[in-house]
Amino acid sequence: MIKLLYFARLRESLGCAEEVLDSTPQTVADLLSLLSLRGEPWQDVLAGQVLVAVNQEMAKPEDALNDGDEVGLFPPVTGG
Amino acid sequence: MLRIRVQAEPFDLSEEMSLLTKGDASIGGVASFIGLVRDSNTVADQMASVASMTLEHYPGMTEKALEKIAGQAVERWSLQGVTVIHRIGELHSTDPIVLVLAASAHRQAAFDACQYIMDVLKTTAPFWKKESLPDGSHRWVDSRESDSDAAARWLSDEG
Repeated sequence: MIKLLYFARLRESLGCAEEVLDSTPQTVADLLSLLSLRGEPWQDVLAGQVLVAVNQEMAKPEDALNDGDEVGLFPPVTGG
Repeated sequence: MLRIRVQAEPFDLSEEMSLLTKGDASIGGVASFIGLVRDSNTVADQMASVASMTLEHYPGMTEKALEKIAGQAVERWSLQGVTVIHRIGELHSTDPIVLVLAASAHRQAAFDACQYIMDVLKTTAPFWKKESLPDGSHRWVDSRESDSDAAARWLSDEG
């Protein structure tokens, strides 16, 4: 089980702010593949540039996921 | 000393200066950066002029990310203290949006640290700007490649 949080443009395009995924994909890349398989709008949205944070730390595609992780998905940041 | 704040309210520069420097005679200088909400569309297209801007962030991660950046700067330049305040919520053109203060024994470290913090904040702190246009429509601000280049420069300098 992992918790997914979506922010900014991703949240609006997907019409979803958060959800709980019953399974726990092995890696960040596996999670993105799994979500893309849902079809539109997921496939299209995730084909763009998406940043991923695991437990509130920026993560790379090969980073492992563990049961109970909080995973944030969002577009490139534009603060400052 | 690190002082990290994510807040809707405006910040007070002189108050923040006092908080950062009080009682520490080893501080030789404080470099500051204040970012303002800029309306990039005013001149080119009056109709597309931005009416207001909303700052979204990732509560929890934002504070962690800012603490990490500020902590790295303190370590790298042996600073006496850093203050980072970033505003969220609805802001208008010319409103102050971000404050960075870096206190150091000597000026070069303070200048460099201030620039480092802003460059890394721009590419790793989870904030997103959404512009509201006069016709009621909205648009998310796109990230800039020049920001990534600026942040990357510090990484290549590290060796």
